[in-house]
Amino acid sequence: MNNSLIDYVLHLADNSLILAQRNAEWCGHGPILEQDIAITNISLDLLGQSRNFYQHAATLIGNDATEDSLAYLRTEREFKNCLLVEQPNGDWGQTILRQFFFSAYQFLLYEKLQAHKDEQLAAIAAKALKEVTYHMRWSSEWVIRLGDGTTESHERMTKAIDELWRYTGELFMAADYEKKSGIDVSLLKDVWMKKVESVFEEATLSVPEKTFMQNGGKTGVHTEHLGYILTELQYLQRTYPGAEW
Amino acid sequence: MPLQDLEKIFEDKIENEIKIEPKDWMPDAYRKTNIRQISQHAHSEVVGMLPEGNWISRAPSLKRKAILIAKVQDEAGHGLYLYSSAETLGSSRDEMVADLHSGKAKYSSIFNYPSLTWADMGAIGWLVDGAAILNQVMLCRTSYGPYARAMVRICKEESFHQRQGFESLLVLSRGTDEQKAMCQDAINRWWWPSLMMFGPRDSESTNSDQSMKWKIKRKTNDELRQQFVDMAVMQVKVLGMTLPDPYLKWNEERKHYDFGEINWDEFWNVVKGNGPCNKQRLAARNKAHDEGAWVREAAIAYAEKKSNQNKQEAA
Repeated sequence: MNNSLIDYVLHLADNSLILAQRNAEWCGHGPILEQDIAITNISLDLLGQSRNFYQHAATLIGNDATEDSLAYLRTEREFKNCLLVEQPNGDWGQTILRQFFFSAYQFLLYEKLQAHKDEQLAAIAAKALKEVTYHMRWSSEWVIRLGDGTTESHERMTKAIDELWRYTGELFMAADYEKKSGIDVSLLKDVWMKKVESVFEEATLSVPEKTFMQNGGKTGVHTEHLGYILTELQYLQRTYPGAEW
Repeated sequence: MPLQDLEKIFEDKIENEIKIEPKDWMPDAYRKTNIRQISQHAHSEVVGMLPEGNWISRAPSLKRKAILIAKVQDEAGHGLYLYSSAETLGSSRDEMVADLHSGKAKYSSIFNYPSLTWADMGAIGWLVDGAAILNQVMLCRTSYGPYARAMVRICKEESFHQRQGFESLLVLSRGTDEQKAMCQDAINRWWWPSLMMFGPRDSESTNSDQSMKWKIKRKTNDELRQQFVDMAVMQVKVLGMTLPDPYLKWNEERKHYDFGEINWDEFWNVVKGNGPCNKQRLAARNKAHDEGAWVREAAIAYAEKKSNQNKQEAA
C-alpha cells in the first residue's frame, strides 16, 4: 500500500468536498437566480470530483473503505484540505474570490495531474479539468465585474482580498505526501500569480505585498471553521452508525 | 378590428385547442389570471428551494448530497423558465419578485412547513412533487402556449424527482428501526399538507370556473386531489408504511378511495401567513435579495462601463 499516494488522493478529495460544501450554502440564497444556479453547479462539479477521488482512495486503501466512510468518518485532524477552501462564504465577493483563487490553482494542478503515472488519478484530473476551466472563467469574470463595478463592490473585493490572501500561500507549500506524489506545487506559483495579476489588473484591484501566509490544512491543522463544517456534514452518519441511506 | 371580433377569434382558439400566444389578443382577465398563476408557480419553485436546501449540508451520503443539490438546482431552473413565461404577458420579473417579497403574491403553502428530518427529503419528493406533477401534467395542455411549453420540460424533471424521493424513502423503509420510524413520521407530517396543495374544495374555489372555461385548468381541484389519493394509497403499500387517515377506504361504487376531511382551518391559516415557516421563508428570500443588491448593481455598472467603452472605441 502506498501511503503517500493515498494521502495525496485524500487531500485532493477533501479540497473539492469542503469547497463544494461551502458553495452549496448559497443554494437558495444567491444574489440572483442565475448566479444561484451557477454557484450551485460549481458545488455539484466539485462534489463529483471529490467522489471520484474518494472512490479511488477507497480502492487504494482496500478493506471496507468507501467514499462515504472517507468523507463521513474521518475527523478534523485527518482532513487534508487546504485552509482556503474551508473559509466562510462571507459576502458574494468573498465567495467569488475564494473560488477564483482556488480554480486558478486547480486548473494548473489538474493540467499536470493529467499526466500522472497513476492512471486513475490522471483520468479524474483530465475529466475535471473541463469543469475547472469553466469555474476559472466564471469566477475571474466576476472578480473583474465586482472589482471594476461600483465603489461599494470595489471596496468589498478589497476587503475580501485582505481576508483571503493569507490562505493562498499554502496552496504552493508542499506537504510530504505531495512531494512524493511527483508534482511540485511550488512550481505552479509563478504561473498562478501571473493569472491573478492579470485578472486583478483588469478588475482594478491590487495584489497585496508581503502578507504572512498561514498554512497547516494539508497536514490536518485547520482553522476553527472545519470542525463545524464536519459536524454538519457528518451528522447523520455519526448519529446512526452503520445505517444505509 | 372591433373588440367583439377579437373576442370571437380568442374564443374560437380556445374552443379549437389552438394555443394562445404572447402577441395574440386576449381578454385582460385571461392575461391577469395567467400572470398570477404562472408567477405564483415561479415563486413556489424558488421558495421551494428553501426546505430542501435546508438538508444539503447534512445529506447522509455523497450520492444523496449530489442528488439533492441537483434537485434544488432544477427548481431554480424551473423558476427561471416560469418567470420568463410570465414575462411574455407583459409583467417584469422585478415586479413579480417584488410582489413575492412584499407578501402580496402567494406561493404554494406547502413550503411553509418545516423540513425536520432527512426523511422529509424523501417525503417531499414523493408526496409534494407527486401532487405537483398531477397539476403540472394537466398544465402541459393549458391554453397559454409559453406556459404549456415550460410545463412539458418541467414535468420531465419533476417526475424524475418524484421517483428519487420515493426511492429514498424505500431505502429508509428497509433500514433500521430508527429509519423506519423516521420514514413513517415524515409521511405523517407531509400527507395532509400535500392534499391541501390542490387548493380549496371545488365548491369554495373562486378562480376555478373561469379557468376551466379558458382551459387554463382542465381538471378541478377535487378531481386532482382524488387522483392523488388513489395513487398514493397504492404506493404507500410498497413502502410498507401507512397514510395517517383512518377514513381511507376503497369505495366500490365510486371506484375511488374515500378519505377523511382536510383541516380547512389549518389550510386557511397557512394561506393567511400563519404557517410554521411563512415568516422564515419570506425573510430568507428578502435577505438573499437585499444582500444581493450590491452585486446586481455592480454587474449593471460594469456592463454599462463596458458598453460605453465599446461605443467610444467604435466612434
